[in-house]
Amino acid sequence: MADAVLFEFLHTEMVTELWAPDPDAGSGGKKKSLSVLEGLGFRVGQALGERLPRETLAFREELDALKFLCKDLWAAMFQKHMDGLRTNHQGTYVLQDNSFPLLVTMGSGSQYLEEAPKVSGMVQDMPICPTLLGLSWGSGLASPLPTVFLAFTCGLLCGALHTLGFQSLVTASVAALPACRFQVVIQKS
Amino acid sequence: QNYPLYIRSTPTENELKFHYMVHTSLDVVDEKISAMGKALVDQRELYLGLLYPTEDYKVYGYVTNSKVKFVMVVDSSNTALRDNEIRSMFRKLHNSYTDVMCNPFYNPGDRIQSRAFDNMVTSMMIQVC
Repeated sequence: MADAVLFEFLHTEMVTELWAPDPDAGSGGKKKSLSVLEGLGFRVGQALGERLPRETLAFREELDALKFLCKDLWAAMFQKHMDGLRTNHQGTYVLQDNSFPLLVTMGSGSQYLEEAPKVSGMVQDMPICPTLLGLSWGSGLASPLPTVFLAFTCGLLCGALHTLGFQSLVTASVAALPACRFQVVIQKS
Repeated sequence: QNYPLYIRSTPTENELKFHYMVHTSLDVVDEKISAMGKALVDQRELYLGLLYPTEDYKVYGYVTNSKVKFVMVVDSSNTALRDNEIRSMFRKLHNSYTDVMCNPFYNPGDRIQSRAFDNMVTSMMIQVC
């Protein structure tokens, strides 16, 4: 099936296009493109959160919703399940993927990491455009490649959780390509 | 907050009465949702004659995983409507709502203005009345 590959190419082009360095924007430009990517992911996540759980039973608690993300959402998007889910039972979940399809093409190991930048996104009251906070990449000149490729997926998780009724904060980090980790913190209102 | 995304009634006189009925039935829906957390019930709920039994209206409810509630009010004199017909109507509503949600031009939370959705609802109402 060619479907997965089509999405990967589209995603790569999206990132390249939005990441094109803007000469006069400085660091503000980078933040904007990350939040655009995250906004895209958010809207897609909302739609998927509506369409995928159609025949499943009602989610009785947060853990059910997270399991749905790890199994059904990941299977629909990337044709595999999430490799690990850990929780502290107080609203924080860590989703571990040992071989994330959008990062697999980048070569394994730590060659392209340079620093270990983090990406975070948060949904506020009007969640149409989630804003991006707390960007940091160490010396500021290194390539934040892995993070950029995770922004869309962070938004996706955030959007799907929002449709299921949970406000969340999703952070992603890369320890060694192509394994990555998403941390989801459910906000209690 | 429970604001309506879509509301439609036929015949169009007494529309306000239908609006009011739908609004009051939302309380019952909320009560059922909170009760459901304990019991092992699946997502589809169906209830009959709960409000205004004297006025011969039956009110049915349905809740999706995304906490969107569908409420249908039918005239009791139309006794031909069976359980599985109601279920299939709710399923069609849910499918159309999912399509609306996936439309990139639709902002979640806005009133539904899709013509496809309107047509589907019209055809369902014609079938019943």
